Amino acid sequence: MSSPTPIHNSPGFRPIEPGNAEKTNRDLHTISLLVRDAPGVLVRVAMVFSRRGYNIESLVVSPGARSGFSRMTVTCSGDPAILEQMIKQLAKLVDVVHALDHTSSHRFETEIALIKIRCEGEARREALEIAEHFNAKVVDYAAESVILRVYGSSEKLDAMISLFADEAVVELVRSGKIVMTRALEVT
Amino acid sequence: MENRVPTGAEKLIQCLEREGVEYIFGYSGGAAMPIFDALVDSSIELILVRHEQGAAHMADGYARATGKPGVVLVTSGPGATNTVTGLLTSQMDSVPVVVLTGQTISPMLGKDGFQEADVTGITYAVVKHSYLLKDAADIPRSTREAFHIATTGRPGPVLIDLPKDVTQGPCDAAFVDDVDLPGYTVPTHGDPNVIRQAAEILQAAKRPVLYVGHGAVISQAGKAVIRLAEKLRAPIVNTLLGKGAADETHPLHLGMLGMHGTAYANKAVDACDCIMAIGARWDDRITGKLDEFCLDATKIHIDIDPAEFGKMVTPDVAIAGDARLVLEELIPQVSAADTEEWLDQCARWRKRYPLKYAKQGGLRAQLVLDKLNEITRGDAVLTTDVGQHQMWAAQFCQSTTNRHWISSGGAGTMGFGFPAAIGAQLGCPDKKVWAICGDGGFQMTQAELATSAIHELPVKCLVINNNFLGMVRQWQELFFENRLSGVDLVGNPDFVKLAQAYGVQAWRIRRPSDVERVLTEAHEYDEGPCLVVAEVVKEDNVFPMIPAGAPLSGMIIEKPKEQMAKPTGST
Repeated sequence: MSSPTPIHNSPGFRPIEPGNAEKTNRDLHTISLLVRDAPGVLVRVAMVFSRRGYNIESLVVSPGARSGFSRMTVTCSGDPAILEQMIKQLAKLVDVVHALDHTSSHRFETEIALIKIRCEGEARREALEIAEHFNAKVVDYAAESVILRVYGSSEKLDAMISLFADEAVVELVRSGKIVMTRALEVT
Repeated sequence: MENRVPTGAEKLIQCLEREGVEYIFGYSGGAAMPIFDALVDSSIELILVRHEQGAAHMADGYARATGKPGVVLVTSGPGATNTVTGLLTSQMDSVPVVVLTGQTISPMLGKDGFQEADVTGITYAVVKHSYLLKDAADIPRSTREAFHIATTGRPGPVLIDLPKDVTQGPCDAAFVDDVDLPGYTVPTHGDPNVIRQAAEILQAAKRPVLYVGHGAVISQAGKAVIRLAEKLRAPIVNTLLGKGAADETHPLHLGMLGMHGTAYANKAVDACDCIMAIGARWDDRITGKLDEFCLDATKIHIDIDPAEFGKMVTPDVAIAGDARLVLEELIPQVSAADTEEWLDQCARWRKRYPLKYAKQGGLRAQLVLDKLNEITRGDAVLTTDVGQHQMWAAQFCQSTTNRHWISSGGAGTMGFGFPAAIGAQLGCPDKKVWAICGDGGFQMTQAELATSAIHELPVKCLVINNNFLGMVRQWQELFFENRLSGVDLVGNPDFVKLAQAYGVQAWRIRRPSDVERVLTEAHEYDEGPCLVVAEVVKEDNVFPMIPAGAPLSGMIIEKPKEQMAKPTGST
């Protein structure tokens, strides 16, 4: 762990493939939905993406502020014009109260990751140093491993994870991005 | 009896009665038995079909002819899956249909019980909305919502999956009148500022075109379209499904545009400086090659479904609202315009490129449909199947009346025409209803001859028989070096004998000289269903034609001398 792993080998980082340059992180769109908490709503939302062969990068579903409603945060990459049309089709779903693209709005975003690192001795000391630098907390401390919990922007999580060698990261679970617009603007 | 709590099925049927349902198109089976049992005591008449696909198309035809929702009732598993093609047809063409499917008992869901299918799962992609009811108490609310969703905004099919324990068990929930759907909003009047903008653009246009689609039929915007056209002196074109919204015999009407539209309609659209879509969605059959579509025209788009804005064509002005309400607001904001030069040009195109067909060389489908048009004069409800006969009917049968033209457009569903006519006839008992079918499509749902016979419906079926899947054969001839593959319908039955086997009156037309006499006789026949089979020439082509993916300017009027490249557009 003395020299950082090259970034393109890191988990959580999607390499740029030749001819596929538009699918980079900078084109990731963050879409938030307020939906009725009804059976099938997740399938209906997912199908707007799947019928075009679009891949959802991350998806967070959780209860909303009012009972009977849920929140979804979807991150997805793709042609902006097509995404705009997809958002209209999401909004059209009977169970979707609203669907908004927050890619260019003033917003606060965060994500949580749990990272299980195999480490002993010197490697453990380095892992803890990285953790400290990124304000990560050690939530499990075992003989041959630690679990680190880190939260912040998805980019910060990417950066931290990239510092560990592939073989050191035993497991990685990320929550997916959640987003909220600033001030009283609707998310 | 009065004090007994009704079963879920009885409650369901009561809800349907409250919705004003007259007919249920259905086919019974185990999981739907409680519902069929409840129907015995109901004022609703069950139309027992011969295949569930027929039921779905009948409900669709009933809905298109009347504007009221069509209702289907089938059992679980294969009963439900047989309606999927009908659901797709209704979804693509925005038709209000409510499909009720029986389901295995709820504790058995997901356990591969007999005749279980994940029906909501299978149908998500082809419904406007759907329900899987696991509690009988939800029956009144879900039924009310289903009819509300199916019939409002952009209409569409809604499915309710009903486990047998839910319909068999008690239901003491009260009826529901109001719906609470926070995610479901329907635009109505349109933004006045945007409408004003549209009015200014239309007023300034030198070569305007009004492009009318199915939305204008649904919202009954036809009269408003004519008023606007007369004020602006703007020609009207309509889509396949827009036929009938605005009278096609009106002097400003150029007929159908698109792949097999009239040459003059397409030339007008190609040359216009302003095009307003009224309840139409710039389908690929309409625009041809998008990159070259109406490059110099300002585009105005009226649609009740905002998801249509920018999907195919990015409009300069988009008005979300009901077509008729928007037009009624728009018309007073424009004043009489002078576009005589433009109308003269359109008239020259009409004269130079008329619809025509060969008068020699045997019986032609076009002649049969031309005569049918003369006999029906727009007074009859016409349904079609899908293929060459459909395009010829669209060209030669001029629609004058709203909801008198019924055809599967978006889905292009073969087998649609005949059952749709049965549904239309039930919905419009005082009208003459003709189904125009090809020999291929008719055979897909011909078993419904029994349904028409049992109910003694005076529905008329015209089978244009060329013993080919003619449209595919045409493409193989034009684009695939005439390498015919899978288009020869050798082995067709004798359609006259087939009809007679069901007790259906039938005639055959072999010669051009027979056409008028036989069609008139069939048109006047009202003792029950009847069938006319026209044995037409085997090989004939529909022109004009814009090859898929070609621009409007790539329209061909007749068969080119040299082999054409394979089309690049969709299908």
